[in-house]
Order: sequence, then C-alpha cells, then structure tokens
Amino acid sequence: MNGPHDLGGLDGFGPVMKEANEPVFHYPWEKRVFGMFPALMALRFFNLDELRHGMERMSFASYLTSSYYEHWLHSFETLLVEKGVLTADELSSGKASSPQGPSDSMLTPENANGLARSGASTRIDLDVAASFKVGQSVLAKNIHPMGHTRLPRYARGKVGEVVEDHGVFVFADSHGQGTGASPQHLYGVKFLATELFGDDSPPNDSVTLDLWDDHLVAS
Amino acid sequence: MGANHRDPDPEVVLRVKSLEKVLSDKGLIDPEAIDTLVDFYENKVGPQNGAKVVARAWSDPEYKKRLLADGTSAISELGFSGMQGEDMVVVENTPKTHNLIVCTLCSCYPWPVLGLPPVWYKSPPYRSRAVKDPRGILSEFGLDLSEEIEVRVWDSTAEVRYMVLPERPEGTDALSEEELAELITRDSMIGVERVEYKES
Repeated sequence: MNGPHDLGGLDGFGPVMKEANEPVFHYPWEKRVFGMFPALMALRFFNLDELRHGMERMSFASYLTSSYYEHWLHSFETLLVEKGVLTADELSSGKASSPQGPSDSMLTPENANGLARSGASTRIDLDVAASFKVGQSVLAKNIHPMGHTRLPRYARGKVGEVVEDHGVFVFADSHGQGTGASPQHLYGVKFLATELFGDDSPPNDSVTLDLWDDHLVAS
Repeated sequence: MGANHRDPDPEVVLRVKSLEKVLSDKGLIDPEAIDTLVDFYENKVGPQNGAKVVARAWSDPEYKKRLLADGTSAISELGFSGMQGEDMVVVENTPKTHNLIVCTLCSCYPWPVLGLPPVWYKSPPYRSRAVKDPRGILSEFGLDLSEEIEVRVWDSTAEVRYMVLPERPEGTDALSEEELAELITRDSMIGVERVEYKES
C-alpha cells in the first residue's frame, strides 16, 4: 500500500539529526518492546512481513509523529487482537481474562540468545526457476496494491539491471498478507539515479534494490 | 523525529506494561527472556563486531575475498550471526565507488555486525533522502565526494542485509588488527563516513 512508511525520495523532512553518544535504548519501555519482538516471533502468531504491514497501516499522522518502537507497539497490539490472541479489553485493562500456564513455544531465558544467534533466514532451499539473469534489463512493475509490498513507489515503472541473483526466498508481499510464502528468486536490481530521479542526478550514481520475480518484467 | 529528548509518554508506558502483563499471564512470554534479549543487544552485540570483520578483511586478503564472495559465512567465521543478519552482503568502498546503506521502507539493519540502529537511521530524513540525495546526506556527515566517484546506495527492501567495507586509511600499515578495529566506526560501515587515521 502507498502508506506512510514508503519514504524513499520524499522531500521536506529536514536534515538528519545525529545524537552524540546515543544509547542503544532511550527509555526502559523501549527495551520491553524490543524484547517482545523475538519473543512474539517465536510464538509464530504472525511473521515479520505481517509485523511490517501492521506498521504500514498506521495513519500518516500517527506514523510520522511517533517513534520507531511505538510503531512496533502499535503493530503488536493490532496483530495480536486481529489474530485473536488477546482482546482490546484485555489490553486496556492490563488483565488477562483467563490466565494460563506457560505455552510450549514460549521463549525462555535459556533459549532466547540461541534464537538471537541463529535467527530465521527466509531463504528457501527449493529448486525454483529464475525468470531473469544477471546482466538482464528489467522493468519494475507499476503496481499499487492495497496490501503489503516491498517494491517502493520511487522504483515502480523504472528500468534497472539485474546485478545479483540472491537465490530463492519467501516472497514478502504475499507473506505479509498471510497468503503464503510463494518462494521465488530474489535479485539485486541496480537503477541509475537519473532513471529514478531525473536527468539532474549525478550520471554515475545508482540505487540497488532487492526485488523478487513477481516485481519484475523483462525490458 | 527526535524521540530522544522527550520525557516518556505516560500513555505509551502504560500500554507497554499492559501488553507485557497480559502476554505473561497468558503464558506466552517470559519477562526474563526479554531481560536476556535486551542484555544481549545492549551489551554483547554492536559495531565492535563489524569493526572486527573489517579489520580482519584489511589484514587478510584471503579473508577479504571470502567476505565479499559470501558475507554470511565469512562473518560467521568470527562468531557473528543471527537475527537480521541471516543473509549478509558486504559491499566494498574503493577510490572509485562509495557505498551507502539504507532501508527506505522500514529500518532494516545488520544487527549481528552493527547492533541496533541509531535513531537517525530509522527516521524519515535519512530514509527519504538517502536514495534521492545521498551526496547531500554525506555532505552533512562531513564527506564531500567528487562527481567522478560513483555513489552506490543499497536499499534493503528484502531480508538481505548489507554492510559497507570501508577503505583502509593511509598510514596504517604498521597497525595490528586490534589497533585497526579501534579506528573503525559504525557510521563508516553504514557508509556515511570514511575511516580516518591521524598518526600520533
């Protein structure tokens, strides 16, 4: 969707504000939200693409005036209610309607760092044919889906060159809507800055995006 | 979007407490597991990891070859792997090419080598401008590049995570790998600055 998250190429946000000696977390609540991310991933009620889509569905006003971990918090609450894990009443009261013992998939202090160190690659060991080859010219489709997509607006309808075939990966666009992994090749596609942002751009500069087969057509 | 210098929003604090309490009462999360994860990312993972990777690449040409050919496996040789770094690509700065990493759609960042991202990396000014005006951003970070140098921006739109291998500064031939690692900054591995060295 053309939501508030798709910021590439927009103007008007001002200079980059650096903070000297920035701490990893600014507030104790940010630590709790951060730590809930791996803990919730382990439970598999939703995947990372659905989590991103939960943030993308925020209103522009809320997204742009709230911090990074508030986006996470918003998406956690939204998805957990949508998936029926908890209710809005439980969230507002802070009390579970029916307390339960530990779930089998609950992340424990003993296995937390193991999860952090192993992660969960979305690369899939499947023999899927690649539609494009390195060196080939491709057009990024001009799509405006209402759901999740990792093809940003600034690259839609633009022509680039495949510079890398990363192999077969879960397709984020379908995964983010809960409609399946749809495994397909993921490519590094290099777009000249002049193609993306016009002839005034420096002629040798470029942006490389990672895009899937379903984002591209031969050009 | 300076969330950095405000008092915490009491409503947000309350929402977080409620969420953690309900999930904990339902047997879905263990607050001690959250403590463990926070400690890991606050104290054990950070740009010091990436600095070791870069220093090794500067010191060992065979390692550098492996790093550029298969970032994930070369980085794991040094013991760094995991969430948000499952599939790593390392891009090399040269006298002709300068690389810059961004995630315009969210805030993807290579956690195992750089730790958690700074607020500016996650905020709209950087995410909006890094693709359209990377030279303007570099200039704000104090780096003015000539037009002959190709600026190559990498927008992390999938689950591949990128790290920049900065150029080794001149005059550092006599430095050990450990001494080199101390010169290497987080921002040089994002690509918004160069590694500097002044002989003392």
